[in-house]
Amino acid sequence: METVYLDNAATMPMRKEALEAMMPFFGADYGNPASIHSMSRSPRKAVNEAREKIAKVLNAEPSEIYFTSGGTESDNWALVSGSALRPDKGKHIIISTIEHHAILETADYLVKQGYEVTKVGVDETGRIRLDELIKSIRPDTVLISVMTANNEIGTIQPIAEIGKIAREKGILFHTDAVQAFGHIPLDVKAMNIDLLSASGHKFGGPKGVGFLYVRKGIRLQPFMHGGEQENGRRAGTTNVPGVVGMGVAAEISARDMEENIARLTAMRDRCIERIESEIPYCRLNGHRTERLPGNVNFSFKFVEGESLLMSLGLKGICVSTGSACASGSLDPSHVLLGIGLPHEIAHGSIRISLSEYNTMEQVEYATDALRDAVANIRSLSPLYDDFIKGEGA
Amino acid sequence: MYDGEYSDKVIDHFTNPRNVGVIENPSGVGTVGNAKCGDIMRIFLDIDENGVIRDCKFKTFGCGAAVASSSMATEMVKGKTVQEAMALTNKAVMEALDGLPQVKIHCSLLAEEAIHAALWDYCQKNGVVIEGLRPPKADIND
Ligand SMILES: Cc1ncc(COP(=O)(O)O)c(C=O)c1O
Ligand code: FES
Repeated sequence: METVYLDNAATMPMRKEALEAMMPFFGADYGNPASIHSMSRSPRKAVNEAREKIAKVLNAEPSEIYFTSGGTESDNWALVSGSALRPDKGKHIIISTIEHHAILETADYLVKQGYEVTKVGVDETGRIRLDELIKSIRPDTVLISVMTANNEIGTIQPIAEIGKIAREKGILFHTDAVQAFGHIPLDVKAMNIDLLSASGHKFGGPKGVGFLYVRKGIRLQPFMHGGEQENGRRAGTTNVPGVVGMGVAAEISARDMEENIARLTAMRDRCIERIESEIPYCRLNGHRTERLPGNVNFSFKFVEGESLLMSLGLKGICVSTGSACASGSLDPSHVLLGIGLPHEIAHGSIRISLSEYNTMEQVEYATDALRDAVANIRSLSPLYDDFIKGEGA
Repeated sequence: MYDGEYSDKVIDHFTNPRNVGVIENPSGVGTVGNAKCGDIMRIFLDIDENGVIRDCKFKTFGCGAAVASSSMATEMVKGKTVQEAMALTNKAVMEALDGLPQVKIHCSLLAEEAIHAALWDYCQKNGVVIEGLRPPKADIND
């Protein structure tokens, strides 16, 4: 059976060119870029080139890019060190309710350290309530962190507007761009971004490598201690193959971005349109247009997500769900609850996330399978029976 | 494919569930679980005058393991006496399914509870007593 991989927001296939570029650094070019002998030369040059490639995609300077072990570390670093920058000013942080756990749980940790965190809510499309955000700003607010695009429902936030507000108020602004970098245009200067997290494996690079953009002049304290790498800001021997692969992936993502957005948007909208017309009692989660080009997220009434995942899985289709049953906990995803879905609706949600390696045929195949699976699962559902009875049908 | 944690039997009972449906005017019907938590199971029993389960049907809203457990449990009680059905444990359902992952044990428990709830309903309607049977927990709504 052919595997139809539609879970690209979890991780996506590596770009061939990225893998090829990495190979020498697993082999003959094994040197440590921080050494001062001849073996360090080639890896050092490659790491610097990767830094330049990534900086270019963001309209940043290479010296503003710090390599990390991935999105989670970048988020932890930005939040922990970013909120400690102005002890004179205060200990108040603002985030959104639908951040990734790498932000949410770091914020919880900071609360234990004596910080105060305001979580600003989102509307039913997942867009942050800007008026609430503005109202929650206080004289002691030191950091605002709002993700560029949400990993579950794909909603893109008004980052430039938030950046402008934060800059005017003299508040540090961080954005988790893990789902956005390499997929939609980003410009740290135009958007007034101070700190930005990204992760290699979400845009065709390898896993376990990412970066944090730190605007020049921000004296962010290190999070990892123990060495002079990354200009003394991030200790640890550089993951040379990882960084090189990520650099190439960034370059290609930027080069092909316009074309990929057009292709993915067409596939995404075809999928949404078919689901809405062919499957009754469904709800599109997330914003219709301010949305990642590859993200489709739906809730189906009277359907439980894991059984839907399983039905699709048996046909070779890989997607994911925000259902609690899949994760073995009782509460469904905080993102789906954050946009106001009741528990029982949130349970029947799936995310289809596309990459440029998918085809329209795969989207059609998966949509057919989804339609059949939803009908089948509903035929087993006592809730559907009760509903139909209630309708008097 | 699914992540491979389920046995072939679970997958078989999930893809081809036995005894799906409703019984009109059942001898007993029981619904257990909670939509908010993500699982609801309803079991219908048709019981003859000798206390033998002639037919059994189910409807389930829940994960793959919940569907498979309901399917297996209905197979296991068909043709049995109400006392025998009463003695069916989730452990027996799990064993018949060649096991369930740790986090899915509660799904098979739901099957045991649903059968008990349907038997309870039967007892209430007919004024009979099944030894050891207790009233079902009432946590259906919200
Ligand atoms: C929005 C967001 N932030 C952070 C992360 C964590 O990234 P990583 O897997 O590189 O640690 C993810 C990945 O799931 C993500 O989607
Ligand atoms: S029904 Fe919830 S995990 Fe099985």
